[in-house]
Parts: sequence; structure tokens; C-alpha cells
Amino acid sequence: MRLRLLKSKRLNRSIPVDVLLFLVIGSAASFMALPLVFIISNAFKPMDEIFVFPPRFFVRNPTLDNFYDLLHIFSDSWVPFSRYVFNTFFIAVAGTAGHVVLASAAAYPLAKHRFMGKQALFAMVVLSLMFSPHVTAIPNYMAMSWLGLVNTYGSLIIPAFGYSLGLYLMKQFMEQIPDALLEAARIDGASEYRTFWTIVMPMVKPAWLTLIIFSFQQLWTVNVNAHKFIYSEQLKTMDYAFSQILAGGIARTGPVAAVSLLMMIVPITVFIITQSNVIQTMSTSGMKD
Amino acid sequence: MRPLRKPAAILRELRIKKHSYILLAPYFLIFFMFTVLPVLMSLLLSFTSFNMLEFPRWVGWDNYVRLLVKDDVFLTAVKNTFLFAAITGPVSYFACFIFAWLINELPPKLRALITLLLYAPSISGNAFLIWQIMFHSDSYGYINAFLIRWGFIVEPIQWLQDTRYMLAIIMIVQLWLSLGTAFLAFIAGLQGIDRTLYEAGAVDGIKNRWQELWYITLPSMRPQLMFGAVIQITTSFAVAEVSVYLAGFPSTDYAAHTIVTHLMDYGTIRFEMGYASAIATVLFCIMLGTNLLTQRLLRKVGE
Repeated sequence: MRLRLLKSKRLNRSIPVDVLLFLVIGSAASFMALPLVFIISNAFKPMDEIFVFPPRFFVRNPTLDNFYDLLHIFSDSWVPFSRYVFNTFFIAVAGTAGHVVLASAAAYPLAKHRFMGKQALFAMVVLSLMFSPHVTAIPNYMAMSWLGLVNTYGSLIIPAFGYSLGLYLMKQFMEQIPDALLEAARIDGASEYRTFWTIVMPMVKPAWLTLIIFSFQQLWTVNVNAHKFIYSEQLKTMDYAFSQILAGGIARTGPVAAVSLLMMIVPITVFIITQSNVIQTMSTSGMKD
Repeated sequence: MRPLRKPAAILRELRIKKHSYILLAPYFLIFFMFTVLPVLMSLLLSFTSFNMLEFPRWVGWDNYVRLLVKDDVFLTAVKNTFLFAAITGPVSYFACFIFAWLINELPPKLRALITLLLYAPSISGNAFLIWQIMFHSDSYGYINAFLIRWGFIVEPIQWLQDTRYMLAIIMIVQLWLSLGTAFLAFIAGLQGIDRTLYEAGAVDGIKNRWQELWYITLPSMRPQLMFGAVIQITTSFAVAEVSVYLAGFPSTDYAAHTIVTHLMDYGTIRFEMGYASAIATVLFCIMLGTNLLTQRLLRKVGE
């Protein structure tokens, strides 16, 4: 904080510029926030307001009807609604935790060690981001059934451990850690695993906090794999159950609006908690090259 | 690297670098199983004719020849995709960086809130469908209603059916969705820059914010800039969902047809998986080329 004040004084930013910046960011933010406002407002609209034409952006007579209807629909479903919530929650938390740990562990040697095949492994990860997932569905299913994972939690959690994005992100951040620091740890007798866990990971905290957002959001919202690999009702995820409501047609429009809001609350909470923790780790750790 | 390695030498290398391989193993086992293997198999499939019922039949380069020589719709798709990527790619990349940079010095709580608002379109699933209401083609659509009331037009414009507007509208929506992965990575990257570099820079005679940006900030976050470039290039070439939902599938005169919608046509409707895999491979090569070019440009940053 002290440094930041010093810095802004040094670079003498003027008040008009600050006001201009505020206006630019403010107008961009309100433009981008449209969907949030729309989804929140829609969830509280009574049926007649949802279908009114011309459509209205804001709700006039807010009501909780949509949420009651939703409860009603799920009160006579095959498995209790809480089971879908548990499934999604379990998959998102387990998948995210595994992905962050495994991808970081693999990113560390790729960023800081020298060994055979390093370039090739990293190139494969980056290249895999460019291949369209639409055509890999069938080979993917074959691999899954060969491993006996079809219709298990494993089919949704284990592939999430190996997503390419996390490894790429973590490797890019770990590259910035000064080698001298790691060398010092080795001289002090720390093992590679200890160095990784107690020195490297704390230094790239902004990176894995960001990765938690990506991974959690991906596993929480639309889980494409669930539609491919799961057929037991009790293993289905929340978004799968919701898409079944959606299939109920136009009469279900109200509950669907409620669903959109409910689905959004958890990722947004995760987002706010992690984002406000993305703080200047390198400057506070007091280490430099 | 030495060209010929004796098995003993390889074993010794493995023993010395044991820790590296142990850290790598769990992730890469899963990565190979669920990513590399399927991609390799679909590369192989691109040389076959495969309808998902019969066993794939080897056809050599036929799929590629058909794609590049005989398929007119594919050429339209390629043209549209390049147009998309040429505009949304660079604009979204710069937008991601500029917004991340502007909000970087705010206090953490406020920064988290503004980040959330800017990131909102990416976190709210298919909320881009509200653009359908905006650009609705009768006089009830918000934009038509506004233009009619202010007397700019007399009768509603068919925004999402008219081939003249379709592409531009999809670009706007795509840009609106684009403060995503790269944006958050930039924010995290900016937070990780060593503050003492700025003090050292001031001593070395850096005068204004622009010099500071070019000589200190950008070079310090080159790894994140590379990451962001890959992400933005991949998403801007893979545009499909927005086109399908807003302009329809297929769109009027294929005016909003892209490489990925073409792929979806063959992969999920006609079940010609061999042909679809060939399309995926061509798209992969295009993305790869663009990425190599961009990475070369990014190396010049801060010089």
C-alpha cells in the first residue's frame, strides 16, 4: 500500500485523467454487467411479465413463484434434488483440487528443471488447446469405457485433472520465479518436493487462485462430459437435471429463469473470494533476483 | 542433446532427474489418456471414411482434397472465420490487457468487484441470448424500436437474417464475451510483478506511465502475454456457438458460417466423422500458424 502511494505520487497522475479513467471503466463495467442484471431480474418475474412483449428488462412486480415452482417440480423427481446438488458440488471441488495440484506439480519441472523431452511435453500441452473438442468425443468415449469409467464419478473428475489450460497457466507464472531463490533452497537442503510446496506455490498464488476460478466455473456450469458418460439418474449433475426441466417446454420458462440465477450464485461467490485474494505476493515476499 | 544414448546413460539420466519425472507423471498420465490419445486418433480418422456405424475405411488424402477443392461452403466458412479472427482477435487481446492494466492499482475489494462486472458475460453461461432480444427483427426488438422512435428508419431491419449485418453483430457479441480467461490471467500477472523493478526504473530515468508500461510492465509479464495470445487466438478462430444461436444454423446464405459450424454440421448432423476430423485438422494448422507468428511478434515487446 505504501509503495503504491509513493508510486502514484511519482508518476503525477492528474485528477482529470483519473475522472476519465473512472468514466471509461464505469461505462464498460455497466455494459458488461447487463447479463447479471437481466438474469437476476428475470428470476423474480411473474409468468405474465416473462412473456410480455415488448420484453421488459427490469422486473415490475417481483415474486418468488419461480422458485416455488422449481421446488414443486423437483419434489416428485426420481432422486431428491439435493443429490444433484451434491454431485455437482463434489465433482467441481474434487476436479478443481486435483487439477490445481497435479497441473502445478507438473508445471514446476517444466518451468524450472532441465530434462529430456521437456520441450516436447510442453509443446503438446499448448498444441492440444488448438484442437477442436467436437471430433474427439468418440475416441474419448472409447478410452473411458476401456478404463471402465463410464457412468462413474471418475469419468467426470479424472479427465478434469489433466486439462491443458491449468498446466499452461501455471508454467507461465512459475517461469518468473528467480532461479537464485530455488538454488538457495537447494543449498539449504530442501528436497524438490519441499521447494515446490513451500516456496514455489506461495509465490504463484495469484496464478492458482485464478486457476481455481476457471476450473470451478467449467465444472460447475455446463458439464458436457456428464451428458456423454453418465446415464444413472443418481449420478447426474445439476445442469443435466436442469436441462431436463428445460425440455419441459415453454411452460417451464419461469423455473428455468430461477435455475439460471441459482446456477450462477456459487461460481460468483468463488470468484469474489479468490479474486479479492489475488494480491501482490511477490512484493510482500520481499525476494528478488 | 547427444545423438546416440546407451540404455545405461538413459537410466542414469532418469535416476538423476527422478524428482522431475515423479512430479510430471500423474498429470501427464491423465493428459495422455484423455487428451493426446483422442487427438491422435482423430488425426488418424481424418484419413478415413467413418460414419460411426461401420469400421473406418482408409481413404488417404480424399477428405482433404474434397475439403479444399470441392467444398464451396467450406471456403465461405474459411473467409468468415478469418474475418472474425482478424477483427475480434486483436481487439479482444488489447481490451483484455488495457482493462486489466487500468484496474490493477485499485484496492483489492473494489478490484474484485469491477473484475466481476467486466467478467460477468463469461461467467453467466448463455446470457448472450439477451442480444437476441436487442437485435430482434421486428419493431419490438430494442434496437429497432429505438431507431424507429428516433426516426432513423421507417421499418424494422432484419438484423440477424440480413447478410449485411449478421457478421458485424456476431463480432460485437463475441467481443462482449471476450474479457475472459486471458483477462484474469493478465490481472494475476500484473499483481505478480516485482514492485522493486519500478523503483529501479525510476532511478534509471523512466519518466511517464507509457515508458513504465513498455520497458518494465510488458517485459515482466511476457509469459502471461504469450498465454493470453494463445487463448485469444484459439477462441477467436473457434467462434461457433454465438453464430449458431444468433444467426441460426445454417445461417442465411451461410453468411455467418464458420469453420467450427461447418465441422459441427459434418460431425453431429451428417455423422461423417472422417471428414469432420479433416476440418478439425485444417483448423488446427491455421491456429498453429497464427500462434507462431504472434509469438514471434511478442518477443519484440519491450525492446
